[in-house]
Amino acid sequence: MKAAIEFKNVVKSFAKRDGGVQYVLDGVNFSIPAGKTTVIVGGSGQGKSVTLKLVLGLMQVDSGEIFVHDKNVTWARGTELEQLRTQFGVLFQGSALFDSLSVFENVALPLRELTDKSETQIGEQVAATLAQFELTGHEEKYPAQLSGGMKKRVGLARAMQLKPSIMLYDEPTTGLDPVMSHDIYHLFARTQAEFGFTSVIVSHDVPKIFNLADQVIILNNGKMDVFDSPEKIQWSEKEYIQEFVRTTMGDIYQSHLVE
Amino acid sequence: MKSNSLVRLGDTGLYVLTDLGKMAIFFLKSIRGAFRRPFRFIELLRQVHFIGAGSLVVIFFTALSTGMVLGLQGYYSLNKFGADGMLGSAVSLTLILELGPVLTALMVAGRAGSAMCAEIGIMRISEQIDALDCMAIDPFRYFITPKFLAMLVAMPLLTAVFDVVGIGGGYLAGVKMMGVSPGSFIEGMTTSVTNHDLKVGIIKSFVFGLLVVWICSGRGFFVREIRGAGFGAESVSRVTTQAVVYSSISVLVFDYLLTAVLL
Repeated sequence: MKAAIEFKNVVKSFAKRDGGVQYVLDGVNFSIPAGKTTVIVGGSGQGKSVTLKLVLGLMQVDSGEIFVHDKNVTWARGTELEQLRTQFGVLFQGSALFDSLSVFENVALPLRELTDKSETQIGEQVAATLAQFELTGHEEKYPAQLSGGMKKRVGLARAMQLKPSIMLYDEPTTGLDPVMSHDIYHLFARTQAEFGFTSVIVSHDVPKIFNLADQVIILNNGKMDVFDSPEKIQWSEKEYIQEFVRTTMGDIYQSHLVE
Repeated sequence: MKSNSLVRLGDTGLYVLTDLGKMAIFFLKSIRGAFRRPFRFIELLRQVHFIGAGSLVVIFFTALSTGMVLGLQGYYSLNKFGADGMLGSAVSLTLILELGPVLTALMVAGRAGSAMCAEIGIMRISEQIDALDCMAIDPFRYFITPKFLAMLVAMPLLTAVFDVVGIGGGYLAGVKMMGVSPGSFIEGMTTSVTNHDLKVGIIKSFVFGLLVVWICSGRGFFVREIRGAGFGAESVSRVTTQAVVYSSISVLVFDYLLTAVLL
């Protein structure tokens, strides 16, 4: 299967305050299949968000190579990096909406800044997207006036404007109650089915998030284990994964929240 | 023990050099943003309004009180030597060359600089700047460069307002209250203030404006990387305080350097 993203022997470390070095990614190799959903899980500080930042060029690797659609983007800079980023849509943990812009302006921002579309065309496209994400009637509201779930929907609507080929979700349901998380997962599944992009979801919400996963990556102490389905995780003989299964996945087959 | 101190010293030295390097790159990217398209003219006007028109009241009262104090103090000193006719010259030169640019910069740093730093810091910790990066929108072109350009427009204008109001305050105190002759006040001012003095005042206001906007927006932009700043809202508050202190000290240091070079 064609890979949307590939990591080859990627090493990323950070200096510790005591003078030591912490290896967040220690020579990891994996590929993310195009058009599928990959879920990355792991404890806090294990490098889940760092992995996303490396893909986006917000951080640089110590060594190794990163490929996006078979193109080596490890050291992409300037215009090349900007072009790379237009292929991605990103939904941030806190939605990262611009406080001083209304819902309409937030969603219209990438169109206004990065395309030559007229205001009429932008208005029509934004209105259609807002309707699709059930946000019609909230155009004039500001982020501070929205609920957590609505902020996520606006963030997703904004990320979808330039029709990305890869969507990155960084802890998308953090801070949401179970009902709202359920709605958001439905929205992810529906949107991906409609647009067919590649999804990479970093999440703590195990096992529910596995209902969306075609592939699962578990990060632990700088190493990665890749499973081509969530069910296969429980067959791993590695002790830390067995512990992970015991503590987080006991009810994986009972949690069919997203059909 | 000794080697530990050396390690700490080296560590601090490296941190300071790295920080200065980042700030230098930040400055260059802010300038480069002016040449990238699309140019955000409306945002520039909005910032000129915020920095310029928004600071007018505080500049007016600071200038008026400073000018009046100069008028009274100047009269007190000059009168001892029977030279109160020089009051217009003393007040206008002091305001145009020193107090106008310096006090305007300090007031703008406290009012607009702190707001800029806090705004950018909050945008950074709430991932809004990361979001711009991820959307391939240059954050410098989008909102840092308009602040730089707006400051370069607003600071000389505010300094000019400060000078005029300050001289008016000096006239009020010296002529209307202490009885100095209006003719000698104006005569002293017009004969002693040269074009060179006006240029020095304008150059200073440009340099101070650049220092204030660079330090205040740069500190906010790097809020997550500043040692000892802490996290979240606390980091923004600490860095905002730091930005105002650093920019105020820089203005005073550069005032001396520019005076030494330009006079």
